[in-house]
Amino acid sequence: MTGLGGRTKIRLDELTKRFPGQAQPAVQGLSMEIPEGEIVIFVGPSGCGKTTTMKMINRLIEPTSGRIFLDDEDVTRADPDQLRRRIGYVIQQIGLFPHQTIAQNIATVPKLLGWDRRRIADRVDELIGLVGMDPAEYRDRFPKQLSGGQRQRIGVARAMSADPDVMLMDEPFGAIDPITRDRLQNEFLRLQAEIKKTIVFVTHDIDEAIKMGDRIAILREGSQIAQFDTPERILVDPADEFVADFIGRGASLKRLSLSRVRDIALGDWPTVTAGTDLAQARRLLTESDKGSLLLLDAQGVPRGWITGDHLRAATGPIAAGDGLPPAIVRPGATLSDTLNEMLTARYSTAVVLDDDGRYSGVVEIDTINEAIRGMQTAERERLRGQALVDSPFDEADPVEPAR
Amino acid sequence: MNFVDYLGNRWDNLLELGVEHALVTALAVAIATVIGVGLGLLTYDRPRLRQLVIATCSVFLTIPSLALFGLFISWLGLGTTPVVTALVMYSLLPIVANTIVGLRGVDPAVVESAQGMGMSRVQRLFRIELPLAWPVILTGMRVSTLLALGIVAIGAYILGPGLGNDIFAGLSRISSPNALNLVLGGTLGVIVLAILFDLLFVLLNRLTTSRGVR
Ligand SMILES: Nc1ncnc2c1ncn2[C@@H]1O[C@H](COP(=O)(O)OP(=O)(O)OP(=O)(O)O)[C@@H](O)[C@H]1O
Ligand SMILES: [Mg+2]
Repeated sequence: MTGLGGRTKIRLDELTKRFPGQAQPAVQGLSMEIPEGEIVIFVGPSGCGKTTTMKMINRLIEPTSGRIFLDDEDVTRADPDQLRRRIGYVIQQIGLFPHQTIAQNIATVPKLLGWDRRRIADRVDELIGLVGMDPAEYRDRFPKQLSGGQRQRIGVARAMSADPDVMLMDEPFGAIDPITRDRLQNEFLRLQAEIKKTIVFVTHDIDEAIKMGDRIAILREGSQIAQFDTPERILVDPADEFVADFIGRGASLKRLSLSRVRDIALGDWPTVTAGTDLAQARRLLTESDKGSLLLLDAQGVPRGWITGDHLRAATGPIAAGDGLPPAIVRPGATLSDTLNEMLTARYSTAVVLDDDGRYSGVVEIDTINEAIRGMQTAERERLRGQALVDSPFDEADPVEPAR
Repeated sequence: MNFVDYLGNRWDNLLELGVEHALVTALAVAIATVIGVGLGLLTYDRPRLRQLVIATCSVFLTIPSLALFGLFISWLGLGTTPVVTALVMYSLLPIVANTIVGLRGVDPAVVESAQGMGMSRVQRLFRIELPLAWPVILTGMRVSTLLALGIVAIGAYILGPGLGNDIFAGLSRISSPNALNLVLGGTLGVIVLAILFDLLFVLLNRLTTSRGVR
């Protein structure tokens, strides 16, 4: 299989790894093509050989047999150190060099490649900025002076330092709390949209796989591919029992992570700007069929919900700080993120920003409900289709109970 | 003569012996560091060799120093050479052991990420592993230095240099009026040297280990 029109970046050909004294090979006869510019996720139960497979790509583990191609070049026998300088590498434990500053850490590969000072310094600052940190503040710090999340970011920056077009990431967001992980995942996706690297990403968390992957390889014992497909196809059409089990319950809820706010039709909401006088605001509210108005500031950034109660109690024009803080999402947020925001803020409506941070519309909980219902219908149809295939002679609908 | 008067009279002699004492110690520890760190580097990731080296160095340390000096007389004669040789042997264990412990204590994830970025074996060793193990190695050198300072004093028995000469001189004519002063002066000198070396190591540690690992 090749990418969606893209070409193959990494090709694994009958890769096998048998560790000394092991009865079953850790990886057995794995063949796979990884398309350029995509995030391919290896996911599977612990010990199934994900890490081993990944480390064979940069030859941290030498395959027992089989071949690895990078850009159609057989790198199975290439100089491993040269090869590794072309491939970014991030591990779960991050492995920043504790005795070196952040700048020195990031400069590792450029130094090995013999870049000049000026170029290295510029690149270091660029990268620290790219991962959302302030170069002036952080470049001379040591790893121990960073938080876990910041270290993780620097680990990613370091892997990108020489602008490799392939990155290997082994559970890069594994060791951090769920909230920070979520943020790092989102930032990384935004970054990837710009840099379009070919990324092999190992995780054992199917939710992370669905969120991050352009393509997911679900692996079983011995790195056998159970299914290698897009997240959508895997969720909608799991290849077998193992895959279905691995995806687990609540597959339709998981599908909420597949749809993004930008993909659905946004609703409208009546808005007021700060400075609007009370009478006009009250009129706006009665004219609309909603229970509140959305307060925007002069730049169009949503500031708060103005309710009828507020308008009744107020004595002067609407001020910038008025109202209750809204749940806010960006167009890149998934429906699952959106639902989360709503539940956290206890509103049934989330305000959507455009790319410049201005108000662009709202998502209501009903919209999300509908999305879930649509997915459930699709799933039922899939089950029904399968049942029909299983018993092709049955004329009647065998699954749908009489209503 | 009381001890203070004694010091007033003899301080130039004490200073001379003290400088000798310090130089011999420093020389021996320097040699032991080169050999010890080298042995540590060669063996830290080879369990068999590692055990062999540690066991051998431990045996050195258990030989009583007087006996070792005696054994050296026929081979190396008297004076500085046999003393330095013996000191090197005694100083090895703390340095080798700490080098091995230090190198083995480096976080495997750090080494793996260095390797994963394409650092060669030698680059990894000198840019990552040794700098990270360095504080531990330095501690080994410090222990060796203190150990050596005491043993140098015994080296005067085979006409080695240093403050031991005063101590042995005092001990050999214990009934003479100055005997106690001689012993006391020499011993005090060793203690002062120990304190000075300790300060030196504190300074060295500040200057040579990264703020990131302190
Ligand atoms: N250096 C090694 N020597 C011997 N066996 C090994 C070695 N590394 C891994 N294995 C074995 O190979 C198999 C696959 O290991 P691998 O680390 O690739 O699993 P994984 O899929 O990454 O698991 P996890 O999700 O727990 O990280 C396991 O059975 C493991 O015990
Ligand atoms: Mg693993």
